[in-house]
Amino acid sequence: MQIYLPIAEVSVNAFLLLGMGGLVGVLSGMFGIGGGFLMTPLLFFIGIPPAVAVATEAAQIVASSFSGVLAHLRRKTVDIRMGTVLMIGGLVGAGIGIAIFNMLRQMGQVDLLVKLCYVVFLGIIGALMFMESLRAIRRSRSGKTAPRRRQRTWIHALPFKMKFRTSGLYISVIPPLAVGALVGILAAIMGVGGGFIMVPAMIYLLGMPTKVVVGTSLFQIIFVTAFATLLHATTNFTVDLGLAVLLLIGGVIGAQIGARIGVAMKAEQLRILLSLLVLVVCGKLALDLLLQPAEIYSLSAGKF
Amino acid sequence: MRLLLVLLCLMAALPARAERVVAGLSQTQVAINTSFSGSEILIFGAVRREAPLPEGALHVVVTVAGPSGPVTVRRKARRFGIWVNTEAVVIDAAPSFYAVASTVPLAQALSQDEDMRHKVSIPRAIRATGTAAQAADSENFIEALVRIRSRVGLYQVLPGEVALTEDTLFRTSIALPANLTEGDYRTRIFLTRDGAVIDAFETAIAVRKVGLERWTYMLAHERPLVYGLLSLAIAVAAGWGASAAFRLIRG
Repeated sequence: MQIYLPIAEVSVNAFLLLGMGGLVGVLSGMFGIGGGFLMTPLLFFIGIPPAVAVATEAAQIVASSFSGVLAHLRRKTVDIRMGTVLMIGGLVGAGIGIAIFNMLRQMGQVDLLVKLCYVVFLGIIGALMFMESLRAIRRSRSGKTAPRRRQRTWIHALPFKMKFRTSGLYISVIPPLAVGALVGILAAIMGVGGGFIMVPAMIYLLGMPTKVVVGTSLFQIIFVTAFATLLHATTNFTVDLGLAVLLLIGGVIGAQIGARIGVAMKAEQLRILLSLLVLVVCGKLALDLLLQPAEIYSLSAGKF
Repeated sequence: MRLLLVLLCLMAALPARAERVVAGLSQTQVAINTSFSGSEILIFGAVRREAPLPEGALHVVVTVAGPSGPVTVRRKARRFGIWVNTEAVVIDAAPSFYAVASTVPLAQALSQDEDMRHKVSIPRAIRATGTAAQAADSENFIEALVRIRSRVGLYQVLPGEVALTEDTLFRTSIALPANLTEGDYRTRIFLTRDGAVIDAFETAIAVRKVGLERWTYMLAHERPLVYGLLSLAIAVAAGWGASAAFRLIRG
């Protein structure tokens, strides 16, 4: 069933969109990620204009994150205070990100920036996660438990300390603000929630307990992507409601199914699968940049 | 003396005006609704003749052009091992859609001068003034524009697609693709003999979004904040709905 998207001005198969939403939804539910880093490249691939894909994906992430955060709120695994600090950083970051996005669009380099961001961040995070989970699997096979150490690093020496009871932390607000801002910039540029950067940063940089990380990350992602959606809608008119509705119907159903699968699997297995997925997407995008494209010319409407 | 000259001129012009094109379209409006997946327009007509059939083969050329707008064409080159957009050429006005159908290949139906005057072929329909200053090989950029738009069916060259019967009745059909933009699609029909245009007819096909498509598009452009908030409301409602529905199923 073909459907004409009013803003993207292209006609696509409705079931294809529902299926893509569902598939990415399953993965997002399994791994506790927004799935934007998978969906945005997929949308480019089926011919949605990049500007529309990035903006609409932001709206879809709001839906899937909201669905996810409700489950975490019931389990009380959301550190609202930490989430709010991250969110303040994130909103500032999103504003900066949109400004960079528009500037580079005028220079014709937005595709390059988006792809480079993907390759660099997915590459680093994928490789780190892969090695970490491989080590964890080896450890669990040899029967030893991981030594848990909590070191005092330079992060604990910063001023403006604040108590985060749910996370059991007493740290400066500067690192969370900085992490939030960085993720906000990336969210606006890459059309992603940034969970795949936020989650490792919260664990390794801020030292938050793993059980509150996903919920807190989702909590702040809702606000940052909602803000990005509004900015895209009011400045570029690129949010496509038709596309968003189809993607999020598939997405929210998939996410619930994925969450059930995720519960049944071991954490190490999940992490190693996610890291492989991240590396595959990264590799695909890196090849796009390295190999000679079939068509070296590209068009964009208007005088940018 | 002067009167005689005028009369002579008129008489010389008379044979050219002796053939006129009368045309019709299967539809003058295309409605883009939710299930729009392209449209086929039938263009047909007849040649009205008040004098006997003159010498030379008669040809019919039909063009359909979507609204024009500026287009930036960029070219990638290898820099530091990766492919980056390096050069760009801004083309003043290129039609968003352009189809040219004719009874025989266009070069036979129309002389270069007439093509230049009436802007019939695709390269003539694109207004690319001042592009030479933007890149050394600006013609490659214009070729790329035509190539890319041809690949997705936005630019079509259809030689031999106009059927002409008995030098009188003609018909052709133009396929409008699904990725169409709104606007008035200028439709022209040329009658040519020996490469010269002897008569032309012009009309427009109104391509418009309707219903939900129109409502969404207008809201997004005229009340962007309301539209943005509506998108968020739908997103939050869907997220909550899915979560609640699955709890119900499990409980």
